[in-house]
Amino acid sequence: MSSNAALALENISVTFAARSADTAAYTAVRDTTLVVESGEFVSVVGPTGCGKSTLLNIAAGLLTPSAGRVTVFGTPLEGLNRKAGYLFQADALMPWMSALDNVAVGLIYRGTRREEAHERAREWLARVGLAAHGHRYPHQLSGGMKKRVALAQTLIMDPQILLMDEPFSALDVQTRQLMENELLDLWSADRKSVVFITHDLEEAISLSDRVVVLSAGPGTHPIGEYPIDLPRPRDVAEIRLTPRFVELHREIWHRMKDEVMKGYVQSQKVP
Amino acid sequence: MKMRIYQAALLLAIFGAWYVLTETEILAPFFFGKPLLVLEKTWEWFASGKIYSHLGITLIETVLAFAVGTILGLLVGLWLALSPTASALLDPYIKAANSMPRVILAPIFAVWFGLGIWSKVALGVTLVFFIVFFNVYQGVKEVSPVVLANARMLGATSRDLLRTVYLPSATSWVFSSLHTAVGMAFVGAVVGEYLGSAAGVGYLILQAEAVFDINTVFAGILVLTAFALVLDGIVSFAEKRLLVWRPAAGETEPL
Repeated sequence: MSSNAALALENISVTFAARSADTAAYTAVRDTTLVVESGEFVSVVGPTGCGKSTLLNIAAGLLTPSAGRVTVFGTPLEGLNRKAGYLFQADALMPWMSALDNVAVGLIYRGTRREEAHERAREWLARVGLAAHGHRYPHQLSGGMKKRVALAQTLIMDPQILLMDEPFSALDVQTRQLMENELLDLWSADRKSVVFITHDLEEAISLSDRVVVLSAGPGTHPIGEYPIDLPRPRDVAEIRLTPRFVELHREIWHRMKDEVMKGYVQSQKVP
Repeated sequence: MKMRIYQAALLLAIFGAWYVLTETEILAPFFFGKPLLVLEKTWEWFASGKIYSHLGITLIETVLAFAVGTILGLLVGLWLALSPTASALLDPYIKAANSMPRVILAPIFAVWFGLGIWSKVALGVTLVFFIVFFNVYQGVKEVSPVVLANARMLGATSRDLLRTVYLPSATSWVFSSLHTAVGMAFVGAVVGEYLGSAAGVGYLILQAEAVFDINTVFAGILVLTAFALVLDGIVSFAEKRLLVWRPAAGETEPL
């Protein structure tokens, strides 16, 4: 295992305890190894319900694996991953705080003075294009705006690792491409290590340096890894039209197709 | 605004019907009183100043019961919601204490705290506490796990979580309970006075009832209702100021 990896999940298995006597324990992830180099943008794709989020929660330290080892920059992970920022799939903003307070709250947790935290939060809101909306509460913002606030909230902490769990899946296609381009812009400024979970292969290819394909659950494990050699900087809308993109897409999709069908059949089963 | 006029008209209509029915003796004035006499009695109370000391005592009891009950409910609610062991241990006792008719505690409180205001405050507290307690408990339990995980990932300590996640989330639940709680605090005060006291609006009502002075009883009810509305209005005002973040149905904002 390379020692300079930003994040290394080694032989991770996750088994959830049975809820009652007549249900079996559920193994969500089986013997999975995932290494993210420093400054690398890795996407993890897989069929629905395959345990992608479980893997991310392991990396965040929100969940302890049943077996396996997690290291962050070579140090075994204990408790929460303090080097990581987490962008959740669902709305995670605090509804009782204005956008500005939401962005500033992490710094305040860390002990930064209120005025300074607000000052920097204002800069970040401007960076995600919401300078004029700091006073608004989350319910007064559109879905895309909320995602921008969440992005600013996470990035203001300057995490070395960015964990993203289908962050744009709830957005419409246009907003989504805008956000993806913005993410690439922000990322290219200081090249954090990114783990980007998605079920959308096009999104995965257009953003990443590497795409990891997971099998259908239960007992998810990686079944393929594809380096993406598309040139940067990229425009997510335009890159989808290049021949190399189409080629990569065809290659990865071919591997994924069977798993998607398995995942679909699996989800039809009555538990 | 138009609705206010209709509301006032409805009030007038009720008083009008009351007036006509008792004047024509379809409803016996002995049992139902006469609205004009009720208003006259109320006016006399305020004009002579006789009511102020009684009303003051009832309001002090109400406000104290409300404040103490709310604070206790908030603290115990937070504590039990965040401590599974304590909540598992105390669960049957909480259920028992909540389902017993707590008004029967009034005689005990009268023995413990005397016939002054504290026995009424104690009764009010037992009524208010459970309403607030259950709402806080619920509020903390219903905190979105994603919001919680997000705050933890941003580096919140358990104190930060309490301050920036649990408390604000519980607050909205507390406020929805405070309207009921204010009414309950009033119930505690008046029932307490009614069961044994030497002052307060409940005491005035009891005195009047003893001599079948039904108009004075109605006047007491009228005064209590008016002040219950005032207290409720204060709660609504505070709610509006503190819960600006909560979406109102169909709210739009001019840009």
